Amino acid sequence: MLQIKNIHASIEGKEILKGINLKVNAGEVHAIMGPNGSGKSTLAQVLAGRQEYEVTKGEVIYNNKDLLSLSPEDRAREGIFLAFQYPIEIPGVSNTNLLKTALNEIRKYNGQEELDAMEFLALLKSKMKLVEMDQSLLNRAVNEGFSGGEKKRNEILQMAVLEPKLAILDETDSGLDIDALRIVASGVNKLRSEDRAIIVVTHYQRLLNYIVPDFVHVLYNGRIVKSGTKELALELEEKGYDWLKDQKELVMN
Amino acid sequence: MSTEVNQIEELANKEYKYGFVSDIEAESFPSGLDEDIIRQLSEIKKEPEFMLEWRLKAYKHWLTMEEPNWANIKYPPIDYQAISYYSAPKKKPAKKNLDEVDPELLRTYEKLGISLEEQKVLSGVAVDAVFDSVSVATTFKSKLAELGIIFCSMSDAIQNHPELVKKYLGSVVPYTDNFFATLNSAVFSDGSFVYIPKGVRCPMELSTYFRINAANTGQFERTLIIADEGAYVSYLEGCTAPMRDENQLHAAVVELVALDNAQIKYSTVQNWYPGDKNGIGGIYNFVTKRGACRGVNSKISWTQVETGSAITWKYPSCLLIGDNSIGEFYSVAVTNNFQQADTGTKMIHMGKNTRSTIISKGISAGKSNNSYRGQVKIIKRADNARNFSQCDSLLIGDKCGAHTFPYLDINNPSAQIEHEATTSKIGEDQIFYLNQRGISTEDAIGMIVNGYCKEVFKELPMEFAVEAQKLLSVSLEGSVG
Ligand SMILES: Nc1ncnc2c1ncn2[C@@H]1O[C@H](COP(=O)(O)OP(=O)(O)OP(=O)(O)O)[C@@H](O)[C@H]1O
Ligand SMILES: [Mg+2]
Repeated sequence: MLQIKNIHASIEGKEILKGINLKVNAGEVHAIMGPNGSGKSTLAQVLAGRQEYEVTKGEVIYNNKDLLSLSPEDRAREGIFLAFQYPIEIPGVSNTNLLKTALNEIRKYNGQEELDAMEFLALLKSKMKLVEMDQSLLNRAVNEGFSGGEKKRNEILQMAVLEPKLAILDETDSGLDIDALRIVASGVNKLRSEDRAIIVVTHYQRLLNYIVPDFVHVLYNGRIVKSGTKELALELEEKGYDWLKDQKELVMN
Repeated sequence: MSTEVNQIEELANKEYKYGFVSDIEAESFPSGLDEDIIRQLSEIKKEPEFMLEWRLKAYKHWLTMEEPNWANIKYPPIDYQAISYYSAPKKKPAKKNLDEVDPELLRTYEKLGISLEEQKVLSGVAVDAVFDSVSVATTFKSKLAELGIIFCSMSDAIQNHPELVKKYLGSVVPYTDNFFATLNSAVFSDGSFVYIPKGVRCPMELSTYFRINAANTGQFERTLIIADEGAYVSYLEGCTAPMRDENQLHAAVVELVALDNAQIKYSTVQNWYPGDKNGIGGIYNFVTKRGACRGVNSKISWTQVETGSAITWKYPSCLLIGDNSIGEFYSVAVTNNFQQADTGTKMIHMGKNTRSTIISKGISAGKSNNSYRGQVKIIKRADNARNFSQCDSLLIGDKCGAHTFPYLDINNPSAQIEHEATTSKIGEDQIFYLNQRGISTEDAIGMIVNGYCKEVFKELPMEFAVEAQKLLSVSLEGSVG
């Protein structure tokens, strides 16, 4: 589904991603871990098409398409969803309005009929249950005045409604209380499927108890320095990232 | 500069959607202004003597005045002798039946998506269409007449209801008021007149679509709305204008009078030709709009969505004379490319327990300049007056300007005044967030801006709000807008 080949990306002339390689197949869940500032969000944003990041080298193939040549909105319409580490507030635009517009744009692009208000509300209701979200948040402006946890939950609601093929969750677990973590994780798990891939960026092994990944990768200073299975996360929890410095040198050589 | 900003600029450079000229034959005066022109005008319109005298007094006063220059706008000097002061469609259509209206005119309306048929069928709105300077179609008149409501062109009112005109015309905006209003008083060609009798609630929104059409014809509309004791009326004014190369002056005057317990809601969607993306052409919109809350417990609300014109100079105001009277001003002003807007309001508190609310949303894009100018004045005897003002500016791109000039003049210690102001930019992160949800940059901007203006849109009548939202997106295509 997704193949990242030797991606280099920089911002304001500073290279952040220094040659990332990653292959993700449909049905798989990949976890990406790594210290602050190592480039995890940058990778997520580059995949989603944020223009501020300049891709200087490498390519990304997504469902046989050259991903980097697509506009951000077309990437979304092709099924890529990014749950933002810091969801954005849009004053005056209701959550429902955003979701309906987004869903219908995606449906239109894929040659499906647009949903009318009734059909959409029915769908929305069922998805709300998935993340146990409060009805009142729907009529409020997108993320405006939402608590940190509500914002994260709202991202997962959007994901549930938009049913992406490839979902990238950037630290969706941070800021969640224990109950919310469980709810969000179970929401994500319900969305796990044969033809959907999920990349979760996280700092905490705890999340991976709930969302059990097929692979874990460690991003360190702009490179993936180690890949493994879920046990790698436990190892990281125990040892921190320092011991990987040596690994990094190994990779560089 | 990032791609998003470039995209925004690209969108902003789309052509004016409603730019076209319809070729209805027009009968015009030669350009120039003197007493004779005014006499001719008054004669063509078969006006009573008092009207001609009033016009001439205004003209003589105007000769002593100078064009104001305090606003934050720039334009080359206007040659008032190069303007033709009258233009009328040659074929004077009958007003009963749409079939009798010039088909070219109907096509013009259709292009704008505001055909009279549609209006009649869909919304039950009585439409008094002002095409250039003469009313050409009025509908629903009989229904209104049953209630004693008068809704007609100003010319008709002068002939058929001279006593009302004599009593109220110039009573809110005197002919000496300001340079443009005085000029209007001398040469106004037509406009709308509304009178709602005592205790009557007007059952439909009254609506006028203004068009500027014949080339080089200054447009001087005059509107007068009177709500007698306990009456209510909601009036909609909307306009679009054809593409033009030379600048066109528009100096309208609107006067509202609300007597005891009366309420007037005046909504405007203004979309006159703003000039092209290089700042060539476009309408100069120098308008004087003022409402007098004369009676106790009376209320006047101005709601405006201003997206058009090369230059806008406009301050819909309220004189809160009656005790407990209420004035409101809700405004969205969008400028793009080289547009300039200096707009705002004046709330003059004169009665006791008077209240006013000002919500102003300025949106600037391109190289445009958007200024809010608002005055809150509380005179000495106006005990317990209250005002709340909120003035927000939104910038799109980094070549535009937004300015806020609040003036407070408080002469009574019991006054309560609150003023809030913010300036923000459409964030690229907001646009990216919406892009990431499958929404194009154009739609994203439309969405963000509409969200930003929500407080004002909710004051507009439903159909108008929808139209306004579309208009905003279109304007922002050229600004963002
Ligand atoms: N707009 C920017 N301008 C300059 N530097 C930036 C910008 N955006 C990101 N960076 C830098 O790029 C590096 C990687 O940032 P990124 O957000 O990808 O890290 P991260 O791995 O997601 O970290 P965290 O775990 O803290 O979320 C950081 O050093 C950051 O300061
Ligand atoms: Mg991050």
